[in-house]
Amino acid sequence: MTTAAALWWAVVASGIYHGVNPGMGWPLAVSAALMDRSQSSLFKAVGALAAGHLLAMGAILFPFTALLFVAQWQHEIQIAAACLVIGLGVWLFFNRRHPRFLARVPPSRLALWSFLAAMAHGAGLMLVPIYLGICRTVDTDAGHAAAQALMTSTAAIAVGVALVHTLAMTLSGGLMAFGVYRWFGLKFLSRSWFNLDLVWALSLILVGAISLFMAI
Amino acid sequence: MNLRPDPTFHATPKLAMEAPPETLAFTLMLSPDGSRPDGLAVVDVNPKSDTYGQIVHQVIMPNTGDEFHHFGWNACSSSLSPLSGHAFLERRYLIIPGIRSSRIYIIDVKEPLKAKIHKIIEPEEVFAKTGYSRPHTIHCGPEGIYVSTLGGGGVDGTDGPPGIFIMDCETFEILGRYEMDRGSQDKHYDFWWNLPRDYMISSEWGLPPQFENGIVAEDLLANKYGHSIHFWNLRQRKNVQTIDLGENYQMALEIRPAHDPSKDYGFCGVVIDTTNLQGAIFTWWQKDDGTFEAKKTITIDPRPEKAENLPPLLKGFEAVPPLVTDIDLSLDDKYLYVACWGLGEMHQYDVTDPMNPKLTGKVELGGIARGTKHPNGKTFAYAPQMVEISRDGKRVYWTNSLYSTWDDQFYPDDEGGQMVMAHVGEDGGLTLAEDFFVEFPQGYRSHQIRLEGGDCSTDSFCYPSV
Repeated sequence: MTTAAALWWAVVASGIYHGVNPGMGWPLAVSAALMDRSQSSLFKAVGALAAGHLLAMGAILFPFTALLFVAQWQHEIQIAAACLVIGLGVWLFFNRRHPRFLARVPPSRLALWSFLAAMAHGAGLMLVPIYLGICRTVDTDAGHAAAQALMTSTAAIAVGVALVHTLAMTLSGGLMAFGVYRWFGLKFLSRSWFNLDLVWALSLILVGAISLFMAI
Repeated sequence: MNLRPDPTFHATPKLAMEAPPETLAFTLMLSPDGSRPDGLAVVDVNPKSDTYGQIVHQVIMPNTGDEFHHFGWNACSSSLSPLSGHAFLERRYLIIPGIRSSRIYIIDVKEPLKAKIHKIIEPEEVFAKTGYSRPHTIHCGPEGIYVSTLGGGGVDGTDGPPGIFIMDCETFEILGRYEMDRGSQDKHYDFWWNLPRDYMISSEWGLPPQFENGIVAEDLLANKYGHSIHFWNLRQRKNVQTIDLGENYQMALEIRPAHDPSKDYGFCGVVIDTTNLQGAIFTWWQKDDGTFEAKKTITIDPRPEKAENLPPLLKGFEAVPPLVTDIDLSLDDKYLYVACWGLGEMHQYDVTDPMNPKLTGKVELGGIARGTKHPNGKTFAYAPQMVEISRDGKRVYWTNSLYSTWDDQFYPDDEGGQMVMAHVGEDGGLTLAEDFFVEFPQGYRSHQIRLEGGDCSTDSFCYPSV
């Protein structure tokens, strides 16, 4: 498998990881469907969660796209991004309290909640090293492409990464929600919910460390 | 922090009903004259145990004069919403406020038979951080632990309105006031909510000078106690509607929303209608346009009585008012239990149709000028008051004291703290259990009961029971 393919699979895997975690919102889709007694509310809620998540991915990835325009600093940017991800992981490792402002978001505004939850937990940041890695493979393939073309291709990759990740997240989270709603019942919720706070912090550190290793 | 959600957290009320039955109850003990420290009693409620119906552990506080009343858990089933971010809290601590001292105790009951004080929040901290006093009802919710208060600032608690404050659910640090826009709310008592629908309801008793030294008869006859319920946008912290039940409906106390969050109604008990001494229950509901309405759906008549048999306070009326002081709703939203602390009765209503409750069971015990004995032959002091229902809805527990100074006015000759239990029949009906009669130590009265693993007035559910 090429590096690029492996990195794209990492984008998909992180999407599934975010999707199946109840903390990222799929139980809210079950709740919406049961409250409204309507299956379509489940899909609407999953859609709102996806929209918020996609926006959060974009909000994190695009600033890096802009930074990559300064092509000669690509290497430094990758190191800085890796350090940032490791830093967030370390912080979340020691500070496992969830931000209280998230509890102020009304249940009717799922997209906003999903956006804020993804931002607060560094879900977007986790993708940055992977994204930069993919950009590097393209860059190497293209050789010394014109700045304009490079910018376009890195922007396209950012869109691609955000979309593929969110699609994987939405499908896996949606399947969980649908399965619980139609077959498993809500007992499954407390049975399938694991405290991933520590694993989450460690995954950030791991992703950052691999990226740092590759950059150096 | 747990690695899995606490096994006592349940997504739906139905799942909570199917959970194993309670084996222990926690009951508050208060020293009515403040001569001794208040305490928490751990009562064995497991019928298979050798110590069934006995107090198996006591936590006695280091201060006197707290006056324990209501209390609650640090965490409950409301944690199972991803919106709260608290899915891995433990149901481990009981938050016990002193309504006279404004001191708050955090009791660690992880090992119930070794329950111990975890933290004490001194009154000065409550005053300084909230401007409120006399903390009362505890609920665990989206932003942490919500605590209602009965008093504002100042020595007599009338400097500013009372309200709700929020505590951190992990450190138990007081974070500050809840309200951003309280509207016309100027008194406080109980509160509860519907989490997915994002509204809260609060009620009114009276201001501290109206209750601390006893009921003020002139204020009652002048309809000066609380008679409104307030509806709030829970997360915006804004009072969106106030319903005045009518000034004769004095003391709108317990708020009991349907446990299933897909139901958009609930109940509120009114102690006394000053026009006819009746007790009343209102059903409130949310309309399609999001606003609320309330309607009286239960009335309980007073009982005529000769003046010579009545305490001085009631002689002029020649009647015993029912005094609806506590209500509680079973987890299936089927039965509403109504304590008539004046009459000495516990009523059970089928509220499957919340607009047309039907009386399905009744137990007589204690009561003003009647003093019905327990079927086991023992005398029951005062009358049924704070009521708690087992999660499965099959057992109903209650204690007998209302509030130190009020007990003495309505029952000048009674004394003693007791806790009893009644079995619920398959198709309704209530029968007192002869083998369960807890007598609290001499000099103590008893108030609210909490059941191990949650009960019918602590847990808020985020998912409907379909």
